[in-house]
Amino acid sequence: MGEIVLSQVKKSFGGISIIQGIDLTIEDGEFVVFVGPSGCGKSTLLRLIAGLEDTSSGTIAIDGRDATRLPPARRGLAMVFQSYALYPHMTVGKNIAFPLRMAGMPKEEQERKVEAAAKVLNLTPYLDRRPSQLSGGQRQRVAIGRAIVREPSAFLFDEPLSNLDAALRVSMRQEISELHQSLKTTMVYVTHDQVEAMTMADKIVVLNAGRIEQVGSPLELYKTPANLFVAGFIGSPKMNFIEGAEAAKHAAHTLGVRPEHVDIAADGPWKGVVGISEHLGSDTFLKVQVEGIGPLTVRAGGEVRLRHGDPVSLAPQTGKLHRFDAAGKTIAA
Amino acid sequence: MATQASRTASRLMLSPAVVLLFLWMIVPLGMTVYFSFLRFNLLMPGTEEFTGFENYLYFFTDPAFWPALVNTLTLVLGVLVITVLGGVGLAVLLDQPMWGQGIVRILVIAPFLVMPSVSALVWKNMLMNPVNGLFAAAARGLGLEPFDFFAEAPLASIITIVAWQWLPFATLILLTALQSLDREQMEAAEMDGAGPFWRFLHLTVPHLMRAITVVVLIQTIFLLSVFAEILVTTNGGPGTASTTLTFLVYMQSMLQFDVGLGSAGGIVAVILANIVAIFLMRMIGKNLET
Ligand SMILES: Nc1ncnc2c1ncn2[C@@H]1O[C@H](COP(=O)(O)OP(=O)(O)OP(=O)(O)O)[C@@H](O)[C@H]1O
Ligand SMILES: [Mg+2]
Repeated sequence: MGEIVLSQVKKSFGGISIIQGIDLTIEDGEFVVFVGPSGCGKSTLLRLIAGLEDTSSGTIAIDGRDATRLPPARRGLAMVFQSYALYPHMTVGKNIAFPLRMAGMPKEEQERKVEAAAKVLNLTPYLDRRPSQLSGGQRQRVAIGRAIVREPSAFLFDEPLSNLDAALRVSMRQEISELHQSLKTTMVYVTHDQVEAMTMADKIVVLNAGRIEQVGSPLELYKTPANLFVAGFIGSPKMNFIEGAEAAKHAAHTLGVRPEHVDIAADGPWKGVVGISEHLGSDTFLKVQVEGIGPLTVRAGGEVRLRHGDPVSLAPQTGKLHRFDAAGKTIAA
Repeated sequence: MATQASRTASRLMLSPAVVLLFLWMIVPLGMTVYFSFLRFNLLMPGTEEFTGFENYLYFFTDPAFWPALVNTLTLVLGVLVITVLGGVGLAVLLDQPMWGQGIVRILVIAPFLVMPSVSALVWKNMLMNPVNGLFAAAARGLGLEPFDFFAEAPLASIITIVAWQWLPFATLILLTALQSLDREQMEAAEMDGAGPFWRFLHLTVPHLMRAITVVVLIQTIFLLSVFAEILVTTNGGPGTASTTLTFLVYMQSMLQFDVGLGSAGGIVAVILANIVAIFLMRMIGKNLET
């Protein structure tokens, strides 16, 4: 079990409204990712769910029970912090056993559970070490171990991978996804890395300035962003936005087209000049200065031989244009 | 300072200071050791002569020696216990967000800034005095007999005064340590189901161990030489009830003008301090390692 329902949750710090009325249902067993720019309130929302902050108004229900006023320990949730928050004076084994010990579980049972968790997370050789004697990835695994032994109804992760290097991030990302597959427990995951969001999530919640901009599966958000903000936030590199005459031709205030949806075509309607190009091997990203439109980012194949200053013609793929009205809302096709 | 040349240069430039500090320490210590082997009484000038360990013999067989040793250790231990426990308590309280935090913190530090002799006099005349003191007035107000602190419980009274002076120091060091405690650790423990008491026991106390060690070591050094508080309050009495080793040395060399005996006492005090220091380092020094 692990269904979390937020209704009209608001939070303000000293008169400044940070979370401005969130309605959200997190289904049991779902992997939900909160994304959004820095300072938009992702951590705050997670901490509200955890019970580490009190809501200013609104209710939080966990498994159908009102948990708005419950202390963190009684909500049955486990949290993994960005700084890992391991207890430095305890060994890895003691760290993992701590929640069990606090729950008054018999010693043998504690040991059994710690060993099982350590085995899943490949921590068995390190059980007698102190956290300071571990690498970042190992510490992260200890923090996860401490969370899973409690068998919580949901896991909360606050940017758990942001202190790791890129390679480790990818492998830990897969480990967490793997863990979700095997435990089938609800996970709420905060990140500002949209690759993490796209690859891990069943459902992404895009937050902006304390509001939900859109909720949906990764592909929904990619294909049908509800507004300019989501369109610009999901997808890498960013979607190109075109305003003015070209947008007016399509009866929109703003026209959006993703770099991967623009082709280089000799008879393309958009004529421009190549600026800088970024070669990644598999892809090449070109910055093209298009006449009457402005700069566009274009994804081309890995073997493109265009140089700075070369003229180029571009054609947007049909049906892949996004149209937005003056308020930034998507205009239905 | 990585290269050979810069290391040599730095040693050369440091050496005058090191030599000066060394002389500063070794000359008085050497002279004290030398005097401790002399019969050297200021009332009988010109009679100085080498007497071997006679001064030490007199010092150890002085009827005040054992009480003084016990009093010294009691004083140090008592003040340490009060300041560490009280300091942890106050630091935890001061760490809570509250109204007027800045002013309260300054007030807490204030006793440390008062000169020992002055604070002892204030305690003696304004608080603990059996006739004019506030405590006596309070006792009379409650219909009780005023308590003559310095006559009935001289050592405990001195421990109270000294602890009052050192409490701010302990509080300050422990408060800074407390503020470096990771907030997320506390929150993690909260989520793990640890109540305030268990969080204090499993997170705060281990986190404070290093600061407590620093407090204990530094305070011990200063507490072994507490003097002014005794001089202005009990003068070591009644009898030897509040005489410490430091005070015994003072009485012998200053009141009896026996420099030789006083020096021997001084050396004994130095040795005692070293024993205590070694003992402490063995016991809690490992807390300082990272
Ligand atoms: N305890 C607090 N007191 C006052 N303001 C706070 C507090 N905690 C957070 N805020 C404010 O709330 C806003 C949202 O903070 P939050 O930590 O939730 O952002 P975030 O989305 O997690 O950002 P990041 O991606 O940088 O972690 C910020 O503007 C922050 O200044
Ligand atoms: Mg955050």
